Amino acid sequence: MSPLSRREFVAAGVAAGTGLVIGFYLPHQGASKQESFSPNAYLRITPDNRVTIVVARSEMGQGVRTSLPMILAEELEADWKQIEIEQAEASTLFGDQTTGGSASIRTTWDPMRKAGATAREMLISAAALAWGVPRSSCVAESGRIKHGASGRSLSYGELASRAAILPIPADVPLKQSKDYRIVGQRVARLDSPAKVKGDAIFGIDVRLPGMKLAVLSRCPTIGGRVSSFDDKESKKIAGVSYVGKIGDSSVAVVADSVWGAMEGRRVLNVAWDDGPNKDLNTAAVTAALKQAASRKAASIYSTGDTTKVSGRKISAEYSLPFMAHAPMEPGNCTANYQGAKCELWAPTQVPQDCRDSVAQAVGLDPDQVKVNVTLMGGGFGRRLEHDYAVEAALVSKAINAPVKVIWTREDDMRFSTYRPVSLHQLSATLDGSGFPIALTHRLIAPSITGQKGQPTPGNVDPDLPDEAGPVYGLPNYSIEYVMAETPVPLGWMRSVYALQAAFALESFIDELAVAAGKDPLKYRLHLLEKDQDLQYCTSTWKTARMRGVLQLAAEKAGWEKPLPAGRFRGIACFGCFATYMAEVVEISMEGGQTENAQPHVRRVVAAVDCGQVVNPSILEQQIQGGVVYALANALRAKITIEKGRVLQGNFDDYAPLRMDETPVVEVYAVPSTEAPTGIGEPSVPPLAPALCNAIYAATKKRIRALPILS
Amino acid sequence: MLCSPVAFCSELRQLTYMADITLRVNGNEKKVSVSPETPLLWVLRDTLALTGTKFGCGAGLCGACTVHVDGSAIRSCSTPVSQVAGKSVTTIEGLSANGLHALQQAWIAEEVPQCGYCQTGQIMTAAALLAKTPNPTDDQITQAMNGNLCRCGTYERIRKAIHRAAGGGVR
Repeated sequence: MSPLSRREFVAAGVAAGTGLVIGFYLPHQGASKQESFSPNAYLRITPDNRVTIVVARSEMGQGVRTSLPMILAEELEADWKQIEIEQAEASTLFGDQTTGGSASIRTTWDPMRKAGATAREMLISAAALAWGVPRSSCVAESGRIKHGASGRSLSYGELASRAAILPIPADVPLKQSKDYRIVGQRVARLDSPAKVKGDAIFGIDVRLPGMKLAVLSRCPTIGGRVSSFDDKESKKIAGVSYVGKIGDSSVAVVADSVWGAMEGRRVLNVAWDDGPNKDLNTAAVTAALKQAASRKAASIYSTGDTTKVSGRKISAEYSLPFMAHAPMEPGNCTANYQGAKCELWAPTQVPQDCRDSVAQAVGLDPDQVKVNVTLMGGGFGRRLEHDYAVEAALVSKAINAPVKVIWTREDDMRFSTYRPVSLHQLSATLDGSGFPIALTHRLIAPSITGQKGQPTPGNVDPDLPDEAGPVYGLPNYSIEYVMAETPVPLGWMRSVYALQAAFALESFIDELAVAAGKDPLKYRLHLLEKDQDLQYCTSTWKTARMRGVLQLAAEKAGWEKPLPAGRFRGIACFGCFATYMAEVVEISMEGGQTENAQPHVRRVVAAVDCGQVVNPSILEQQIQGGVVYALANALRAKITIEKGRVLQGNFDDYAPLRMDETPVVEVYAVPSTEAPTGIGEPSVPPLAPALCNAIYAATKKRIRALPILS
Repeated sequence: MLCSPVAFCSELRQLTYMADITLRVNGNEKKVSVSPETPLLWVLRDTLALTGTKFGCGAGLCGACTVHVDGSAIRSCSTPVSQVAGKSVTTIEGLSANGLHALQQAWIAEEVPQCGYCQTGQIMTAAALLAKTPNPTDDQITQAMNGNLCRCGTYERIRKAIHRAAGGGVR
């Protein structure tokens, strides 16, 4: 490797000095003259006045291809109309490229702002030098540097090659939120036109010359393997060119068309070795959780001493099932293995994981694997796995040709990684007024990370610090975790453990309010009335901000006003991914007062405090979408296991929400100039408890196990 | 000797043939050579490279594969191509000359798409609705659109976009 150029060194220094992932300067190979201006890996300005912003996170619907460029463009003082975006491939330049944990904006807010501001300052310097005027007399505005006194101006494109030879400043000023022109605006998503025309290329749409199509027959029993297979019938199907074992537990059928491959698989005869889980069923999974509950727990939050208080005791147990992400675009990946290299086109939330896992699977070095990140038809965490990429690479290697592997809906449902089952034991001691002076939440669930063989320090799943924090500032409060085990494959699903934690806690708080004979909103506000900083793991939760979202949701929902006859409501709040969220759910019960009456959600009022809002329209999308997703989860999402196999297969027995069940979702954000926090997931957790609390208000029946309609 | 159902099927399949089938797709005559039971979806996507029509469930449950056959919205994943021989098929790519159908414009104006995967199917279903019911009520929209799933939960914006395309019609 050649010694670092000064320019690289300066940029590297910026990164090391501030601890920010800003990306290093990339000199053009062999270029003697700097034409384009790329002060860092996120930005390129060319003399034709094109401003290209590189997006190093994956677009799965959450709007990162618009919101992340907005942040950089704001500091750059770019003309938004001239911005083009480019999707980053898997690279070491951007730090961790994982798209998950509602982290895209909160982790790139600083690097993107800094990248834009650095370029802006260099463009100002370039113009000042060109005109021989002081820097302070020049301003950046709408993609131009202007000199007010003389009325001269130069476009960023005109300045690009001059800016490119200047030293990179180490410390650049950032704009104040009051001066924002792009951030905070309802800027139209850049990806909408292609998506409504049908031109947008999702993973499943990738086509390569000479590409084959493949589906895999996977062992239906969890942990089972291929014993033997007979491909005689498959090979009779027109276009089927290859049938072969991939890994230990699947057989690929390769054809000239998807339909040919599917037909080939339909008549494929595989003998399976069902393995150790052939008798596993949902009842056994539940029993294992109950058994684990008696184990010693790891403390994840503790204040005061819950054992040393006396008063009225109340306890309750809650449970949740496995759930599947079920994104609209089923799993797929296209791979082209060519001996010394392998190129992938992957709808993935983890390009770097795909690169590394594929390299290992096909026997290459990671830098011999190129990962192109495509658009994704939803992710919800399913594409935090890399199974689809490894399969495609192995099939491509086996047939020595480019191939697209497609999963059917049934494949997606039955060979997913599932939201973990969980059991929650809550107990409280109440004071004379019915408020808890002590509260214990024991969360018993298998660890997603642990199951994948990754570290779980202190026997705590490393996701819990983002997802199971305290909501209320109680004097004696304990949150404990018992790590259970299950052979059922686990994955991170939208809001991860926060969904479970919030359902249990916020249902229980409602039970306490009922026991105290108090209004559930006033009860919560009383528990939040003192301004406190709750230190939980490495984060701080402010009771004042939680109170703020509760009050905003209640006010907008008209909590103080009586509801029309037949309408009922419930409220819940929760914080996860550094965001505060409260929701009021308004329902009617269809089927009258009968046993079979079912809730119909009419209206959801959601209030959020996520710091600075980057794009209010995208924020609204994420919250409305999260509520709809959470409502389907709450009403009927349940994956059941029978004889070691997942029973559900398609949208009939695992039914997402449809239009007729979708409520109006009103979204309100607390005005804030704090650094932005996560927004993809926080609207999910409060929905189920708010809904169950509304059902209690309607029926006096407490739902302690999801799904509601089981 | 009696055959098992699978074996019997495959015996039949041996007799199946690649047929030349002619259909009109987006106004152009297309001749394809595929086995006649191939779902229209895969002929559109694999053979004709019209990938705007999506695969979601393969069972007519989600509507991502919706196209028009002689003006009616159908699920292309469960329609054998032989059934549309000689008929006129419209896909999202042919809905308008330049992607400027009133619904497509309304979808952009209301910022409907999130991941966007199901939206082409949603638009095709909505287009069939508006062709028959130019000013649909909320109930008519729900009834027409209920077969189209969206996991991103864009339903409310879809409803608004349909009203917008219908000319701000009365709800």
